[in-house]
Amino acid sequence: MHPPDSAARIPRFTRTERITHWVNAALFTVAMTTGAMFRFGIGQSLFSDRALLRGIHVYTGLGIVVAFLIAVIPRWGRALRRDATRINRWTPDEIRWLKSFGRARGARLGKFNPGQKLNAAFVPAAAIVLAASGAIMFWNQPFSTNLRSGADFVHQCFAWLIWITVAGHILLALQDRESLRGMTGGTVSTKWARDHRPAWYDEVTSANPSEAEPVDA
Amino acid sequence: MSSRDRKTSRAFAYGRRPYAGPVAHEPGTPIGRRLFLGLLGLGAVGIATGSSISNALARLAKNDPTGLSAILPGGGGWRYYQVNGYPERSTAAYRLSVGGLVETPITLSWNDLLAMPSVKVTRDFQCVTGWRVLDVKWQGVLLRDVLDRAGVKPEGRAIQFTSFDGAYTESLTMKQARRDDVIVAYQLDGKNISTDHGGPVRLVVLPMYGYKNTKWLETIKVTDEVIPGYWEQRGYEVDAWVGASNGRNDAPT
Repeated sequence: MHPPDSAARIPRFTRTERITHWVNAALFTVAMTTGAMFRFGIGQSLFSDRALLRGIHVYTGLGIVVAFLIAVIPRWGRALRRDATRINRWTPDEIRWLKSFGRARGARLGKFNPGQKLNAAFVPAAAIVLAASGAIMFWNQPFSTNLRSGADFVHQCFAWLIWITVAGHILLALQDRESLRGMTGGTVSTKWARDHRPAWYDEVTSANPSEAEPVDA
Repeated sequence: MSSRDRKTSRAFAYGRRPYAGPVAHEPGTPIGRRLFLGLLGLGAVGIATGSSISNALARLAKNDPTGLSAILPGGGGWRYYQVNGYPERSTAAYRLSVGGLVETPITLSWNDLLAMPSVKVTRDFQCVTGWRVLDVKWQGVLLRDVLDRAGVKPEGRAIQFTSFDGAYTESLTMKQARRDDVIVAYQLDGKNISTDHGGPVRLVVLPMYGYKNTKWLETIKVTDEVIPGYWEQRGYEVDAWVGASNGRNDAPT
């Protein structure tokens, strides 16, 4: 299906995965922007309807969690679930690579490098923590002032972390255009896969690729 | 996953194992899951204990000359709370009515308030949920002066405030209401009070937590006893002195 000649491209992300990624990206952009507008009073003259702004922030935030569940749980989420198991498991080579901040020679990386794995573990956890703490802030009546205060604090901490993480994610993606192409067009060059993700390259070329790498139906 | 499972999955080299269904077993340590669950735990612990961490940080921030700490978690800055939306009212349309146990019920317009003797006070604003805004400048009319204009009857021992949001109410005893730091405010930091902040006119009870500071103030009703306000019916203390109520130890404002 994909002979390992240099012109061939290797499927990396299915359509479902790419749609999920870009829907998430759009929702995060809205939630993060409106959140910063709230916290720092930015753009209040442009957007004076605070109740609407607040509604957009709250429901976009919850939408992130809901959209992700819709992407993962049904049949079409097979490739995502498969990648989640990859993100979960770290080989000794990957741990070595992370400890050397990517300079370890000869570390044979799988489909995701350890930085991508950290990102992919952090972002969904942060989304859940932000949604939970945000819900306490928004539907605050049943909660004690201590919990509301704690939720406010946690929401701010994770908001800062998610801003830093997303900024880093975008900067790194722009520095590796071939990797970015995997998330826009869905495929990467054979050369890139062999050079940057050798363990994954072996996996998709030596096994039956339709099994190692689910493709769009 | 049990250690036996892990051993089994390690036995297969990358790409050489049979397809194991939609959730395949990858080789390696489940660091992703540990990180994910660890972060959820951290979030939960943070929600439970963040209040005291945030208070400690706020006390440190009080001595921060740069003001940079205000943007950090636990730092200052307004949170715009409401219980029934952010109602808009222009200064031209604004009316404040004073009634209940008074000699003459009165209605004051924006211009009536501006024509009265004004006071300016600078004080920290402390919310019962933990955030504090340093050195807020208020300008307005002493509540005492507004009350005296209507003339409180001898049996008037407390006040009920209502908001034109249609839901919020608050209360003060007559003794609290006559203090020098209880103000019917129309300016905040040198500008008319915006809708978010409870404008055009809001109550400011400087020595008490934010929820005593009725936003979008519409009526002042003198009563014979304290009628607990919106949050007070939901467990907050009626006498809301900063640092001496609601189980909190904030520095007094």
